[in-house]
Amino acid sequence: MNLQQLFFVPSKFLQNEKWMNVRVGDIIKLENNHFVAADILLLSSSEPYGLCYIETAELDGETNLKVRQALTVTSDLGADVAKLADFNGEVICEPPNNKLDKFTGTLYWRDNKYPLDNEKMLLRGCVLRNTDWCFGMVIFAGLQTKLMQNCGRTKFKRTSIDKLMNTLVLWIFGFLVCMGVILAIGNTIWEQKVGRTFSVYLLWDEPIRNNNVVFSGFLTFWSYIIILNTMVPISLYVSVEVIRLGHSYFINWDRKMYYIQKDTPAEARTTTLNEELGQVEFIFSDKTGTLTQNIMVFNKCSINGKSYGDVYDEFGHKVEITERTDCVDFSFNPLSDRKFKFHDSSLVEAIKMEEPSVQEFFRLLSLCHTVMPEEKNEGDLVYQAQSPDEGALVTAARNFGFVFRSRTPETVTLYEMGIAVNYQLLAILDFNNVRKRMSVIVRNPAGHIKLYCKGADTIIFDRLDPSNQVLMNTTSEHLYEFAGEGLRTLALAYKDLDENVLEEWMKRLLNASTVIENREEGLADLYEEIETGLMLLGATAVEDKLQEGVPETIACLTLANIKIWVLTGDKLETAMNIGYSCNMLRDDMNEVFIISGHSVSEVQQQLRLVSSTVDVEKTDEFSEDSVFEETIIAEYALIINGHSLAHALEPELEQVLLETACLCKTVICCRVTPMQKAQVVELVKTNKMAVTLAIGDGANDVSMIKTAHIGVGISGQEGMQAVLASDYSFAQFRYLQRLLLVHGRWSYFRMCNFLFYFFYKNFAFTLVHFWFGFFCGFSAQTVYDQWFITLFNIVYTSLPVLAMGLFDQDVNEANSHRYPSLYRPGQLNLLFNKRQFFLCTLQGMGTSFLLFFIPYGAFCLVVRDDGSHISDQQAFAVIISTSLVIVVSVQIGLDTYYWTAVNHVFVWGSLAVYFAILFAMHSDGLFSILPSHFPFIGTARNCLTQKSVWLVIMLTTVACVMPGLACRLCRSRPRSRTSDSCGGPGAVHADTVARCTMFSSDTLVRLASGLSGHCVKKQCGLVGLCFGGLPMRQDCNYQLGRKKGG
Amino acid sequence: MGKVKANAGPLARRPDNSAFKQQRLPAWSPMLTAQTVLPFFYGMATVCVLLGVWLLVTVQNTHELKVDYTHAGSCDKCFEKRKDRANANQSCNCTVVFNIENTFKGDVFFYYGLINFHQNLRQYMDSRDDGQMIGRNKNLKNPSSYCEPFMKDKNGLPIAPCGAVANSMFNDSFTLVYHSAASRQVVPLFRKGITWYTDKNVKFRNPQVENKTLTLAQVFEGTGQPLYWQKPVYDLDPWDRNNNGFINEDLIVWMREAAFPNFKKLYGVLNRAIEPFTEGLPAGNYSVDISYNFPVEYFQGRKEVVLSTVSWFGGQNNFLPIAYLVTGCLILLLAVILTAVWWKFAL
Repeated sequence: MNLQQLFFVPSKFLQNEKWMNVRVGDIIKLENNHFVAADILLLSSSEPYGLCYIETAELDGETNLKVRQALTVTSDLGADVAKLADFNGEVICEPPNNKLDKFTGTLYWRDNKYPLDNEKMLLRGCVLRNTDWCFGMVIFAGLQTKLMQNCGRTKFKRTSIDKLMNTLVLWIFGFLVCMGVILAIGNTIWEQKVGRTFSVYLLWDEPIRNNNVVFSGFLTFWSYIIILNTMVPISLYVSVEVIRLGHSYFINWDRKMYYIQKDTPAEARTTTLNEELGQVEFIFSDKTGTLTQNIMVFNKCSINGKSYGDVYDEFGHKVEITERTDCVDFSFNPLSDRKFKFHDSSLVEAIKMEEPSVQEFFRLLSLCHTVMPEEKNEGDLVYQAQSPDEGALVTAARNFGFVFRSRTPETVTLYEMGIAVNYQLLAILDFNNVRKRMSVIVRNPAGHIKLYCKGADTIIFDRLDPSNQVLMNTTSEHLYEFAGEGLRTLALAYKDLDENVLEEWMKRLLNASTVIENREEGLADLYEEIETGLMLLGATAVEDKLQEGVPETIACLTLANIKIWVLTGDKLETAMNIGYSCNMLRDDMNEVFIISGHSVSEVQQQLRLVSSTVDVEKTDEFSEDSVFEETIIAEYALIINGHSLAHALEPELEQVLLETACLCKTVICCRVTPMQKAQVVELVKTNKMAVTLAIGDGANDVSMIKTAHIGVGISGQEGMQAVLASDYSFAQFRYLQRLLLVHGRWSYFRMCNFLFYFFYKNFAFTLVHFWFGFFCGFSAQTVYDQWFITLFNIVYTSLPVLAMGLFDQDVNEANSHRYPSLYRPGQLNLLFNKRQFFLCTLQGMGTSFLLFFIPYGAFCLVVRDDGSHISDQQAFAVIISTSLVIVVSVQIGLDTYYWTAVNHVFVWGSLAVYFAILFAMHSDGLFSILPSHFPFIGTARNCLTQKSVWLVIMLTTVACVMPGLACRLCRSRPRSRTSDSCGGPGAVHADTVARCTMFSSDTLVRLASGLSGHCVKKQCGLVGLCFGGLPMRQDCNYQLGRKKGG
Repeated sequence: MGKVKANAGPLARRPDNSAFKQQRLPAWSPMLTAQTVLPFFYGMATVCVLLGVWLLVTVQNTHELKVDYTHAGSCDKCFEKRKDRANANQSCNCTVVFNIENTFKGDVFFYYGLINFHQNLRQYMDSRDDGQMIGRNKNLKNPSSYCEPFMKDKNGLPIAPCGAVANSMFNDSFTLVYHSAASRQVVPLFRKGITWYTDKNVKFRNPQVENKTLTLAQVFEGTGQPLYWQKPVYDLDPWDRNNNGFINEDLIVWMREAAFPNFKKLYGVLNRAIEPFTEGLPAGNYSVDISYNFPVEYFQGRKEVVLSTVSWFGGQNNFLPIAYLVTGCLILLLAVILTAVWWKFAL
């Protein structure tokens, strides 16, 4: 990027220069479709009036064109390089900041002052469009540009499991030291009481024994630290990384996340965050290009009380429109846009019949807009629209025979059914957020003056002529229908104007537009005055095409208790429309709060109002049950715009904002800057202790993607910045469901099981030394053969647990999708936390205890069946190590839910390898080569041929494994209890519902396995309750509520 | 993934549709459900209990007799004598009498036992040189430094066998005497065949020399005997020349270090070729004549003689059957509780 070339005017002539050499104050030339290299002040351009068009998709996600206009004094410089080079204006402006929509500065040039605002700035990251060239002076370069100011700092991301793991390793170190201290004290006491009397056999320690048992204890401490160090699993980190790498590859390889149209597979760009995908609680989503395709489609309309756009079959039933539904043939119109599709042929018939209202309708659409036409070849029209809605409407009009062909500042040329018609453009009453409408006043070739107006239905209806009452009713019915389908609607109206009236009005308009003070208000009043007594034409419905599967994905993720916040740079209305079309906002919601305060106190007041409203509804009876919070207040939505957000994100308000937002089911922030996106994410991230995921596709999402725990980039759309900054990328929003519910959940599940087992295994392995310490005078004698200690973690037990960590599936992918609540344990961090660690430590300790004391009890005084003894240390070592390997193998067998061939090979292979190596190490050959390294010669043969040894091994295995098995079975009990108590009498505590999801995986496994008999039947109710969806759960809550209330 | 894929078409980057990559490997998913686990629990409980009972019955048919002779009978004086290291070279014999009430049927094993003797101390266990014991001439004259300070004697000669383990070898000797009504008969004991085959034939070898005519004493020339030993290693068994040197079976038995401070080691096996011991040890009065050499008073140790018969799973061992019974019962209890829980909540 930094090496791209641009034209550069440092001296009297143009020269190519690299981006990196751009300095503040330089004058540079930009060409069409090039990225703007720095924040520059527009000086002149190829277009008249110093106009210049840019696309700001990389900044705020909006793909429409925006106009920038140079100061008249500078635009006169034109392309005269010499003059430009002589340009010696001085700009005084604000310091670099991250506000994309604000700029204040002053240009001092030729003893004059010129005010500068954002309309004269081209920001870095924009793309120059429809403008052959422009010149500009660099105001901010490099890191000072607004784009860079909006980029959050890249932080090293680590998962919570990672952090927990580090903590645990520290704890284990602490534990290790404790063990060392205990054993050292034991040694001191032992040396004092017993050891010194034994010294006759250990002459060399004389100096120690004589006076300093403490020193002996000190040495013992270090010896035990060395011996017990296997408790701190060094291989853990390696294994964890291998597993994560594997999971990342599985994501890369997933065909169900491969987008065939764009040939884009999903990509895990990091290998460290996989398990966190199973714990996401908040998703922050961009709108444009992420939820939507950003393609607007003219879908339906209502003209003169008749609705067009639906297709009916011969019996008058509505036909659902699919890809295969026949499209209307626009071949009668040579200027039509091939890509435009419309299914209702009755509209074309109406236009061919030359129905005046229909003609007027499309005439309005082709006249009343701010679209720029671009005709590269004859008949090859391309519209450049500031808003995609307008583009869609003008394109529709074009296809229906009212082709908008060209415009000058004073005229608009249409081709009405192939005939060129020139309209004189008298005035444009432009659109703004307050007016919510725009009008044009034109004079047609016949000399009639007409005002065409389009705008939000409520606004237009207020300004209609009373004679339109009937039509208005029908139209508003249609509008209601359209809105229900998630379409964006506009009402259209016209008015015939009298020449005299207009003339008089135009005069006042001229006056008003030259007034310095309150110009805006004056103009608005004037507009208001003329836009009355309108005649209703009809309404349009434009579909902002969502990406495929977005509403379903959002519904599913919501069921998984993931909160989705939409952060968009779009307008409030657009954002709300999208909210409705992807089911985040619904008509049956209790209330949709809109926060749009302009000051801190205003915003605070509004937020307070929201939370108090919600609190009143959230009646006291549930106040203690935090779990019910979500369901009770499910029906609120919060929409907050950029101004308010800026205030709300201030330190004193951010907590209020957070609390309020979390009370609402849906949160939509509109008109937010990239930095605000990051701030919102940061707010949730730091205060909610929840895992956040940000998903977006544009450069404006980069900071949010970098800030969130997990950043997801939608690839395949324009720009790669988001993807490059992301941790995961794929082509469609709907893949998020699979990424989280399948890959994330599996990753988390596998990682947790892996960690649980790994810690267990190491504790069981190592702590045997601790118990032995009490019998060997705390002399740091190892229980096992040195070779076994070396190989245990690397060879004997590493592969089975690795296979489990890579391949295990408790629930198959279909059920992961079907029962999103299975995702809950991850969010609650249930599968591996400090408590679980404690449990696995405990299990490990218990196992080591049994592993030591059962053989101890059995072999302390036992002999072989030929009378020779096997209670020696070497035999004991072989027995314990064999028991250990068998016990941990059985345990991994129990922990593995999904036995692939690989698992089989690894588990059985590890056992086989253990015995092979054992016998090899204890063989005559190795001993005769290196006697001092293989002193265990023959031990395996002499031990493992004994029946009593196998009896002991079997007993140890049974004793070690059975309690765990029983616990596992017991833990799967409470879900039945939940189902009982939900239906029947008895106090139900809030966490039973949580638990019911917690144990759900087992239930599902049962279901999935298709277990016969009543068990399934019994569980079904519960499954319905837990996952089946809201109705059952609400039912249950409702019952609970009644119980508590009454 | 560095491999360039052959199908460089429009779908070049499409992942392979292999079961492995799509995580659809055929797999067996065992279910831990009450229906499968509970029967398993009951089965396991039954197996354990039955095994426990069987073992218990077997154990009941074995016999074991322990005689602590630390200062029993006439050994009291020897005990006192051994308290003083100055008397180390004086021999001391004593006798302990005991009575066998029931005939020890079958093979009878004679063990000596030591209580509170830590053969499992790290420093002690390491203090040996397996290279020397396997008969390597290099190691014979130049033992491993692990043997320190039992590596060289005060004349600077290398000790064979070196190290603390060998140095502390148990050196009491026993003669078991059967006092029948008629006479006093020495019970014949096999003093060989008491080691593991691998120990005797692989792990312990006498030094090999080219000249086969050399006597063992000559082979060991240039080495010193362990400090606490009364006899050199090539003279351990005065009756059997082939039982001397590193392959002396008492030495081998001793060198196999016990895992716990209380242990017993095999001393001899009853020779059942001679009447009246063909059936085992008949009931009656016995005495053991002990050459009392090994001092235990320093470490508050005890010494004992153990006579025992064995069953198919080894010597008399009550722990294993009882452990099996207890485990079986616990599993049964667990199974019953689980069943009750399951019954109550699942049905």
